[in-house]
Amino acid sequence: MEIKTDEYAIWYDSAISTVFVQGFLRLDGMEEYQPIMDLLMSAVDQASTFTLNLENLEFLNSSGISMLSMFVVKIREKGSVQMVLQGSDKVLWQTKSLKNLKRLMPALTLEYN
Amino acid sequence: MTQTYAIHMLGNLNDNIPASDEYLTLNFSPSSSIRKRRWGNYGLSADFLGDYFATFFPGDEDTNSKINRKDAVKAAVSFVANELLENAVKYSNTSSSYPITISLHLYEQKIIFHATNCSNHETSRRYEEFVQELINTDLDKFYTQQLEKTAMGGGGSCMGILTMINDYGAQFCWKFQPVADYSEEVQISVIAHLDV
Repeated sequence: MEIKTDEYAIWYDSAISTVFVQGFLRLDGMEEYQPIMDLLMSAVDQASTFTLNLENLEFLNSSGISMLSMFVVKIREKGSVQMVLQGSDKVLWQTKSLKNLKRLMPALTLEYN
Repeated sequence: MTQTYAIHMLGNLNDNIPASDEYLTLNFSPSSSIRKRRWGNYGLSADFLGDYFATFFPGDEDTNSKINRKDAVKAAVSFVANELLENAVKYSNTSSSYPITISLHLYEQKIIFHATNCSNHETSRRYEEFVQELINTDLDKFYTQQLEKTAMGGGGSCMGILTMINDYGAQFCWKFQPVADYSEEVQISVIAHLDV
């Protein structure tokens, strides 16, 4: 499972149950984020513990933040998946906004590397 | 039927923009090319504005953060400019003869953003209703409510504006005014102050 463009890359490493997201994501609304959401959901279906690594995601617009919120709520509703969110404390938007996702799912583990 | 429309000003600021020595304005036609291509241009423009305004700030290490001031300004300006442009497009009338504009004014501790677009009455009214709710509700409670709403698939939650206010501490003024007497178009003017 992989999506790759000039602006961003997303792929699933099944050996470590981790989806990596890199680059600049500023797609035009939720519809354009659907393929990414589909990839994330497919990955989650294959694991009871799941890691989303955003360390090299330099930019995410508010539609992308909404997409992440939707994904977190879907995990919350499943109730059976432990999720780790790995971010970077050297990327400003991550230091500002990732913590808000814990409002939706307090059990979410947030790690800054 | 054409309706008259008074000027409405909302938010915790007035619309005064003090003179500054450094400022930039970019104008975009709301209909010059297909939306997908224009969307890419807004991102490029936001990055350019971030890069440009970051040059006025030192790259010294910040003891409280792993991100130095120059990089923090670059990232914050790029995020705010991108969100303001995306909103201007979302609320814009594509057949308008007036451009979408964004201006950035630099001060010692602050950058003021000013974005404008023209909209029809209905779109403008919906935007204004959101702003009214935002300024009349506790921010923390409203943010959580809208985040949950967007997470459950509800559109129109305006997470961009809420993120700029809640996460970046931006302060806003919105001005809704007719472009001319009895016009079908309303100019939406958004002023955001960002401490840097």
